[in-house]
Amino acid sequence: MLLYICKRILGMIPVLWVIVTLTFFLIRLAPGGPFDQEKHIPPEILENLEAKYHMNEPLYMQYVHYLGMLARGDLGPSFRYENRTVNEIIFETFPVSAQVGGLGLLYALVIGVCAGLFAASRPNTFRDYIPMFFSLIGTCLPSFVIGPLLMLLFAVKLQWVSVSGWEKPTDVILPAITLGTMYAAYFARLTRGGILDLIRQDFIRTAHAKGVRGWVIMLRHTLKGGLLPSVSFLGPAAAAMLTGSLVVETIFNIPGLGRFFVQSALNRDYTLVMGCVLFVAVLIVLMNLLVDIAYALLDPRVSYE
Amino acid sequence: MVLESEKLSKEWSTSLKKALYLAITSGIFAWSPLFAKNAPASPKSGFILIGNGAEPKGLDSALINDVPASHIVDNLGEGLTTRDPITLQPRPGVAESWTLSADQKTYTFVLRKSARWSDGTALTAEDFRWSWIRALSHQLASPYAYQLYAIKNAEGFNTQKIKAEAQVGIKVLDSHTLQVELERPTAYFLYLTSFHTLYPTPRHVIEKYPDQEWTRAEHMVSNGAFKLEEWKLNQHIKIIANDKYWDYDRVKIEGAYFYPIENADTEARNFESGALHMTETVPSMKIPMHKKEIAKSPTAYHSFKITPYLGTYFYRLNTKKPPLNDIRVRRALSLTIDRKLIVEHITKGGQLPSRSFTPPNTAGYTYPPTLPESVTEVEINEARTLLAQAGFPNGKGFPKLDLLYNNGEDHKKICVAIQQMWKKNLGIDVGLLNQEWKVFLNSVHTGDYAISRAGWIGDYPDPNTFLDLWMQNGGNNETFWSNPEYDRLIDLAAATVDTPARYAHFQKAEEILLQETPILPIYTYTKVSMISPKLKMLDHAGKQIEWTSNITQQIFLSYYMLTK
Repeated sequence: MLLYICKRILGMIPVLWVIVTLTFFLIRLAPGGPFDQEKHIPPEILENLEAKYHMNEPLYMQYVHYLGMLARGDLGPSFRYENRTVNEIIFETFPVSAQVGGLGLLYALVIGVCAGLFAASRPNTFRDYIPMFFSLIGTCLPSFVIGPLLMLLFAVKLQWVSVSGWEKPTDVILPAITLGTMYAAYFARLTRGGILDLIRQDFIRTAHAKGVRGWVIMLRHTLKGGLLPSVSFLGPAAAAMLTGSLVVETIFNIPGLGRFFVQSALNRDYTLVMGCVLFVAVLIVLMNLLVDIAYALLDPRVSYE
Repeated sequence: MVLESEKLSKEWSTSLKKALYLAITSGIFAWSPLFAKNAPASPKSGFILIGNGAEPKGLDSALINDVPASHIVDNLGEGLTTRDPITLQPRPGVAESWTLSADQKTYTFVLRKSARWSDGTALTAEDFRWSWIRALSHQLASPYAYQLYAIKNAEGFNTQKIKAEAQVGIKVLDSHTLQVELERPTAYFLYLTSFHTLYPTPRHVIEKYPDQEWTRAEHMVSNGAFKLEEWKLNQHIKIIANDKYWDYDRVKIEGAYFYPIENADTEARNFESGALHMTETVPSMKIPMHKKEIAKSPTAYHSFKITPYLGTYFYRLNTKKPPLNDIRVRRALSLTIDRKLIVEHITKGGQLPSRSFTPPNTAGYTYPPTLPESVTEVEINEARTLLAQAGFPNGKGFPKLDLLYNNGEDHKKICVAIQQMWKKNLGIDVGLLNQEWKVFLNSVHTGDYAISRAGWIGDYPDPNTFLDLWMQNGGNNETFWSNPEYDRLIDLAAATVDTPARYAHFQKAEEILLQETPILPIYTYTKVSMISPKLKMLDHAGKQIEWTSNITQQIFLSYYMLTK
């Protein structure tokens, strides 16, 4: 197992290198640069600015320079936020996104798995239709609809929480629910599907024949295997939720990492774009590794020895 | 958002340990007589909560050129002069008095002895000299360095044609006297000295924390009415009254919070729930609702405010691209834009249809209304004749041009409306081309466009900021249009001291501009804000008045107060 993990981590390096290289050249292919602005900048000043950020060097030199910095764990200074480095921005904003995402994920898992279990316990009855109906709604409603609706109800009308911002502990609640709802709906469907697949298996039938009670079969035999589809989805879902969502963070004005993803690309903040992409790539690769390890624990047929 | 920022609950997001540490230390600070503050000379009440649109790029007054940053920096720093918060007339700032030589080319400023940095260090004439040289230096590469070009040899030093900083016309006569020699008489120089690029920056701090490290809350030192207390990326920026400020007693608030809220609807909801005192982001969809309320009860206080703004929304024409190289075509396009329709049905925020390029009453300068407000038979016939003369009777054979615009606001709606107007009135088809902001800028800067959306906000209240744009070597011209007589008139105006004579030159120049119309002025901007009834202002005598704005983006919080 340990050998397997080491192999996987070593395997990350070429993957990340490809991602870094692609992003580095793609963002520079986009028209416009970090210093383009509406008002004219005298060419002399532009030259000075470019020299300050090594942009007057040939592209391959910039690339080598960037890889060198990366090897030292330095993601460089941000082009737009003049007194901040990319490392600092990620370090400062990721914990915020991770709090919202973590809580959202917990909410999504609890609600989703429970609803899925509930629905699968009596398939094709009202106990199945009602949670599945809500999960359909949850999947369809985008966060820019759910967010403002929750905000109107709980912040403007009832005034239980603030409209937006990141000043009080309660500020995490609405964004987490908004972010988690769609995932909860997915988890509900995946859990239900996974369990229904298992119910038809021989070992469940055997358990029934031996007279094991229904809920014991459900919790001891079917749940473990039934969760597998959800677990596969958990990897990318967790990476996406922990690194923040642009929509949710903009609607609730949360100082998380998600806002920087799109903003940095729009600003052509080359170093910040690279930093965000790299950070998320690392997170996704790690999450997938965790998922594979979880598989080995949950499914007796999977082994990495 | 919370009002009582000092509550420990705010620190929850870091870690429990840190919160505990803070609880202990703040306890010590509160109880220790060592740290007990002397009772302030004048009571200050509350923090003003401001929706600031976006996270500022930085807070270095010599570098910034974005509106969110200038809202903050204008309150942290102060130049030799400052501005009246409403009329913008220059007033004594760090300089308590100044004299101007007979040839109007040399200013001598006398700095007040009581001026201090927020760490208590004395603020001297040398600070200004050093700061201005820094703003001009190529190492800093400030995009706003041209604000100092009125000073002798400043442009040469900035573009490295002049190497010695001693040649720049800034001289320290003694610790509190600064002499500034200008390139030529500049009527608006005292406005420039109140602009943030010309604020002093603290050498003693910058040399200790180079690059932009010095603008962090833990290091930053400023000389204005407020100082930076806290800067949480994308969360808020907190400023508090600066007790070392020479006019500290005049400041009536404890400080302010600036929130970088990017979503207009979120900002509106925050205002409605009382979490903001002021915002300049009002979704244009909500404007009719506010107007209806005002019409219902005109005497009651309404949070919705429309105030004039020194800026023009216009379209650029690429005069190198046929048929836009033909004056008759350009005039026909300009004549058939129904400007009144656009401001009444699309922008809705009380904008004025442009009758000229320079906004009316720019420092007392108004060009007589020339462009049509609405399109009638007269304009249509004239335009059709012009177009026929240019070889496109009823728009036949007119090549398909693209109208380039960027994302955001009402740009698209205006483009569609104008596309329709030209189709209906002239029988010509123009295409619409939408580009993301940086791509759009790239297209305009490289001249890869036919017609493009544009806007210009005056740098200082003087017609020159609008009219020198269109000189041949003007960096922001970008229409490829030039006219030697126009350039001569603008140069002549720059060399003229007497205001009426100067404005007469501008009038003649603007006549040429509107006649040859390389641009299509559309409307004069307004500032649409939501202002809490709790927010009041003070005049110079300290008397409470209702909130009023000025024609620039500047917010002077030292004149603001909060009522219950």
